Amino acid sequence: MQSAFQKRGASTVIFLTLLVAFTLLVTVLSEGMGIGVISTSFVKTLGKTLCLALVAISMDLVWGYAGILSLGHFAFFGLGGYMIGMWLMYERTREIVVSSLADAPIPPTAQEVSDAIANQIFGVVGSADFPLIWVFADSLLAQLMLVVLVPGVLAGVFGWLAFRSRVAGVYLSILTQAMTLALSLYLFQNDNGLRGNNGLSGLQNLPGLAEVSQALVSVWFLWGAALALGLGYLLAVWVVSGKFGSVLRGIRDDEARVRFLGYPVETYKLVLFTGTACMAGIAGALYYPQAGIINPAEMAPIASIYLAVWVAIGGRGRLYGAVIGAAFVSLVSSWFTGGQAPNVPLGVYTIKWVDWWLVVLGLSFVLVTLFAPKGIGGLFDLLERRTAPDRHGADLGPDQGALREKEASE
Amino acid sequence: MKHLLIAALALAMTSSLARAQEAPIQAILQAQSALIMENSRRTIAPVIAAVSGSGLPQAQDVLQAWQGKKLWQRTTDGLFFRAEKADGATYNLYDFDTRDASGSAPVSDLEQIKPNSGIRALIGSALVQFQLQDADPKRRLAALTSVQRNPSADVLEPLRGSIAAENDPMIRAMKVRAERLLTIAYDADEAARIKAISEMSGDLGVDVRATLNPLLVTRRAVFVGAPPATLNIAEILEPGTSIEVTKAYDMLVEADLAPPRVTEAQVRSALAENAEGGRVGGIPIRQLDDPDMRLRAYAALAAAGSVPPAPGAAQIAQALKAHSIADIYLEPSRIVTDAVSEALGTIALTVGLNQTIDLVLDGLSLTSIYFLAAIGLAITFGVMGVINMAHGEFIMMGAYTGYVVQQIIPNHTASILVAIPVAFAVTFAAGVVMERLVIRWLYNRPLETLLATFGVSIALQQLAKNIFGTQARPLTSPAWLDGALVINDVVAISFIRIAIFVLAVFFLGVYLFIMRRTRLGLETRAVTQNPRMASSMGINLNKVNMLTFGLGSGIAGVAGVAIGLFAKVTSELGSDYIVQSFMTVVVGGVGNIWGTLAGAAMIGFLQKGIEWFNPSNTLAAQTFMIVFIIIFIQFRPRGIIALKGRAAGD
Amino acid sequence: MNTLNSVLAGTLAFSGLAAPAFAANCPIKVGVLHSLSGTMAISETTLKDTMLMLIEQQNAKGGLLGCDLEAVVVDPASDWPLFAEKARELLSVHEVDVIFGNWTSVSRKSVLPVIEELNGLLFYPVQYEGEESSKNVFYTGAAPNQQAIPATDYFLEELGVEKFALLGTDYVYPRTTNNILESYLKSKDIADADIFVNYTPFGHSDWSKIVADVVALGADGKKVGVISTINGDANIGFYKELAAAGISADDIPVIAFSVGEEELSGLDTSNLVGHLAAWNYFQSAEAEANTSFIEAWKAKMGEERVTNDPMEAHYIGFNMWVNAATAADSTEVDAVRAKMYGQEFPNLTGGTAVMLPNHHLAKPVLIGEIQADGQFDIVSQTAEVPGDAWTDFLPESALLTSDWKDLDCGMYNTETKTCVQTLSNY
Repeated sequence: MQSAFQKRGASTVIFLTLLVAFTLLVTVLSEGMGIGVISTSFVKTLGKTLCLALVAISMDLVWGYAGILSLGHFAFFGLGGYMIGMWLMYERTREIVVSSLADAPIPPTAQEVSDAIANQIFGVVGSADFPLIWVFADSLLAQLMLVVLVPGVLAGVFGWLAFRSRVAGVYLSILTQAMTLALSLYLFQNDNGLRGNNGLSGLQNLPGLAEVSQALVSVWFLWGAALALGLGYLLAVWVVSGKFGSVLRGIRDDEARVRFLGYPVETYKLVLFTGTACMAGIAGALYYPQAGIINPAEMAPIASIYLAVWVAIGGRGRLYGAVIGAAFVSLVSSWFTGGQAPNVPLGVYTIKWVDWWLVVLGLSFVLVTLFAPKGIGGLFDLLERRTAPDRHGADLGPDQGALREKEASE
Repeated sequence: MKHLLIAALALAMTSSLARAQEAPIQAILQAQSALIMENSRRTIAPVIAAVSGSGLPQAQDVLQAWQGKKLWQRTTDGLFFRAEKADGATYNLYDFDTRDASGSAPVSDLEQIKPNSGIRALIGSALVQFQLQDADPKRRLAALTSVQRNPSADVLEPLRGSIAAENDPMIRAMKVRAERLLTIAYDADEAARIKAISEMSGDLGVDVRATLNPLLVTRRAVFVGAPPATLNIAEILEPGTSIEVTKAYDMLVEADLAPPRVTEAQVRSALAENAEGGRVGGIPIRQLDDPDMRLRAYAALAAAGSVPPAPGAAQIAQALKAHSIADIYLEPSRIVTDAVSEALGTIALTVGLNQTIDLVLDGLSLTSIYFLAAIGLAITFGVMGVINMAHGEFIMMGAYTGYVVQQIIPNHTASILVAIPVAFAVTFAAGVVMERLVIRWLYNRPLETLLATFGVSIALQQLAKNIFGTQARPLTSPAWLDGALVINDVVAISFIRIAIFVLAVFFLGVYLFIMRRTRLGLETRAVTQNPRMASSMGINLNKVNMLTFGLGSGIAGVAGVAIGLFAKVTSELGSDYIVQSFMTVVVGGVGNIWGTLAGAAMIGFLQKGIEWFNPSNTLAAQTFMIVFIIIFIQFRPRGIIALKGRAAGD
Repeated sequence: MNTLNSVLAGTLAFSGLAAPAFAANCPIKVGVLHSLSGTMAISETTLKDTMLMLIEQQNAKGGLLGCDLEAVVVDPASDWPLFAEKARELLSVHEVDVIFGNWTSVSRKSVLPVIEELNGLLFYPVQYEGEESSKNVFYTGAAPNQQAIPATDYFLEELGVEKFALLGTDYVYPRTTNNILESYLKSKDIADADIFVNYTPFGHSDWSKIVADVVALGADGKKVGVISTINGDANIGFYKELAAAGISADDIPVIAFSVGEEELSGLDTSNLVGHLAAWNYFQSAEAEANTSFIEAWKAKMGEERVTNDPMEAHYIGFNMWVNAATAADSTEVDAVRAKMYGQEFPNLTGGTAVMLPNHHLAKPVLIGEIQADGQFDIVSQTAEVPGDAWTDFLPESALLTSDWKDLDCGMYNTETKTCVQTLSNY
């Protein structure tokens, strides 16, 4: 056990060192606090990528370690964003309303202020009343708690129902996907009080900090995201290192056996599912103030599938794999779709990456799942010359990408 | 050319002068020229009246030409003609008065009068009197349509007069029906109206309800004391129960029977106006952020006489007590309104019943669409256990195949008949290729199959975009599938939906036949239940898997053609159906075609049912349906029809 | 370890690529911010091509201020947060002088804070719901009073419609437009019970129930009309169902605000003849400028391509910007903005568009009937209608006005005579 922790400790130390170095480097090169080599929009992209890495870790915990392929973690991510967005939007609008009503000959009543805020926020979607769900929007503390609580409670209820009735495997995946779809369809409705398709916007403007430039704010958020990622990583390492982690891996490999050994499998799964949902919520709350807008399209089922793809490409069952996958795929995607990749002229036809990138990405998923189930993380195994034992062609087990051999050696 | 034009112009000028006297209809048109050119329904009525009331035999021609957008004005001299396109940019002109051809003119010298549909309807109404007895049955039909659209008291007599001479039985029946409806609405004789009402009661037609409902239109009026008994009163409203107190009071105010209420905004502006030295009505302004303080300040101002006093609750109640508010029928006859209410009650019952039937038909149609989309998945996922996220893209591929076939074979009927097998072949091949290249390696890793096929899915989707563009492509159904099977005015279903239903039933049959009666079906079932055993019995696993997967994909392709016909062909077509399809299979119970059918039925009917409860928001219906399914799965995790025994497996 | 390092090095190199630190005066850069992939690509790709054509034409005429124009095209991929990111990239990395872009309202709301923060200049070419006026955005599409209100008037006066079905896709444009229309109709004495409102999701395809509901509205003897704010693909299913139900435009006319030539090209229109659309531009408008515009477009893109209203909006917007920049002798945003007010440019449909101090255009409103060939027959054309940022038909916004020229405020309360806010509401 001691050696296992040390081994994992080594990769953790390397990861955290790199994370700190990366953050400092970006800070030094940024426009806000450094020499301005990296543009603010790219700092934001990097900050957002760190948040995506955090949600990828939570995905890796449920999928890579416990074998639950959740296609709903991006929904929790989005919910976290909505919760923080409500406060940002309310508070920013309140400042505007209060300052504009300050000039009125008669001081406004509390009701008038609230009506004016509601009109500003919901006028866009043709309404003028505060829906009930905005009741805590005036309190930063309450909304920060909701960032964790709302995804947590949703995941708790959903997980309790699903695990209780022993829904597992692909059924669970489809069910989580249905949950995501229902949630995004629900949010798409204008009647629900979260501004429908428009969502919450202008989130990058922090209330009370109107004078601070976005160049600076982007660096702050980069730090925040890096801190959250670092803590999340440590937490995840701690979770998977102990007995809890062993039981999770047991559940992944053979749920029935773990149950027969007397472990409350459902409780383990539920705790993990809920906990990672909270983690995703936090990642979302850090992501959307950088993106500036959150709306239901963010939570469409496809987003959660992409999340699974990042983890698969990065390498399941190892935490740094999830981070690499999220960072690599999302950055490369934005490079190709941003029109920066040079076109490839083939004489009769010119390949424009804007058009062809998704084809390449799709096919590369197929190739990774077929030929490199360990993902990019598998390269580290090659580096360390840690290879799977030769079983003379027999399967490694029911789930080939799960890296059981490596864990067995720890 | 130029000389010719000038000559023609000169000719037109001289002849137009001469014609004004012996060309009465042209003279009328000329007199109304400005209004005709203004071309607005608001101002056109006098023109139509002048033409139709002229008593000239040509009036009908003019109106018909006008309605059919064949009335043209020659800009060179302002004369009106009926014009028919000759060749190229010239038009042949026909004079209205003489009904003779009067040369031709280039389009640059002509201006078409394009009446909008509002004006066309007015012209249609004016034409009724001419056309009801027209020799051409088409015109008689047009006249009847016009009567149905814009019924009026004037046409009742001409319509009655025309029934006896009508020899076409269908038109005759329509005339009789229109006569009954006009009698209800406009006949002076009360007994005749009551008789017509009782005859038509129970009829489902929208036109019957459209005739009856206006007779029950009410106006809301305020009376001092009780309303006079001479009026045909529908309901006396009780403030607080059948009408809000504030609304009732506002009605009194509007009728000048009570002093107005003072709104919060009025209070605020009154306070702002009367602010003096930082105080209003003795209260410091900074304390006025409290509504109670504002009211107190306002009361103080009212007491001082600088603002009108606000009526209090007691005052409002008293005012309401002294007055009554009632809904009064515009139709004065009590007997008629009673008869109408009764007739409408009967109709409402039948309408309700038929609406339920219609809802069931809609649900059935949606069921067949979901079933068709899911049946391929029932094979690949249900039987083989392969999660194929690219299933939706196979549907899309089928739809695009239909589009491409239609580009090659322009005949719509033939192209659809060709498209269905071609789509099957194309997606069958695609399925086989995917099975060989990808899925084969992942049979015992379902979650990874999901990922890999998802990769294929986004690649295929983007590929379709690159090839066909992002614009939706038309897939036109043959003419015999246009229109709808109309059972009555409430129950109707379009032929295309019936065709999809038939297709769904057909593929249910195909599935059952293949699975139960063919060697492939037997082998597939054997492989599903126990692949090793099947293999050792000499079944070629690879071949069976390949063919089964191809079959499932092929059916998805055919479903694509059907869905494309009824909705649209875009690269995102597949992703619209994929989640629903999976849910259909999961809810129904994996591995059983009847389960898939039950799942499709449940989802289809549920969605329609929720839509019926909340017609203004279709999105809510979809949301609640999914939530319901999630909860349903909790109680029947294996779906509606769960396989029992060994076959259930894991 | 090494791989992680190389990934880091890669991102750094990447950032270097993304940030060319200096920009010369020539060429003048024009940002094009339209989705080239995702759901909105269907509409927006056309506008990107329009911009490229306009820039090409301008360069052939000698460019602007002695410089060539260079288009910087980015793809926000129908992803709303990405719009904000790409807008920031255009303004701070590529340092473009002006941006032409966006289609959906939500994408516009997404870029607004960025454009205002960095003092950029955006030309927005699509009809929208109003209730907004940003210092940094010129709205060359129609405000509700330039499309929805005249169309409703046409229904009320010319077609004598007494009962309205407002069908829309569930997003902000239909919601707000229908809100405005409801309150407008009530001001025209149409009762609550005579207004039926329904919202469907994007890409909705199952229309049978809704069409049946609309038919049933006729049961009380009033003439029914449909005002459709249904967006995009969903229209195809809607019109197919309408045709299948045998509803002719004479029985129940449908007027659409989001169906133009481009959308009809995916449809067999023979069953839709007579249904209506309201726009500020139709391809069938007879004017010389229009003929040459269509010719240039077809020469560039192919014979079967059509032109539509947002393309005209870009055409007007781009030319106004060129003229304003010429007048200001600079492409600096504030200088150009000052010269934009009162800027005139001939419409493609005849007449002249004028840029108002509220950043909206005065444009004529056209109503067309759908023809069998997928084109529109123009049945009504108004004089130029000045665009109104804040509608007069909703109580809260009736008080507001926008005047960036004299009041320097986009949200000015005429009752309290104060500027509510100088940044826009997003």
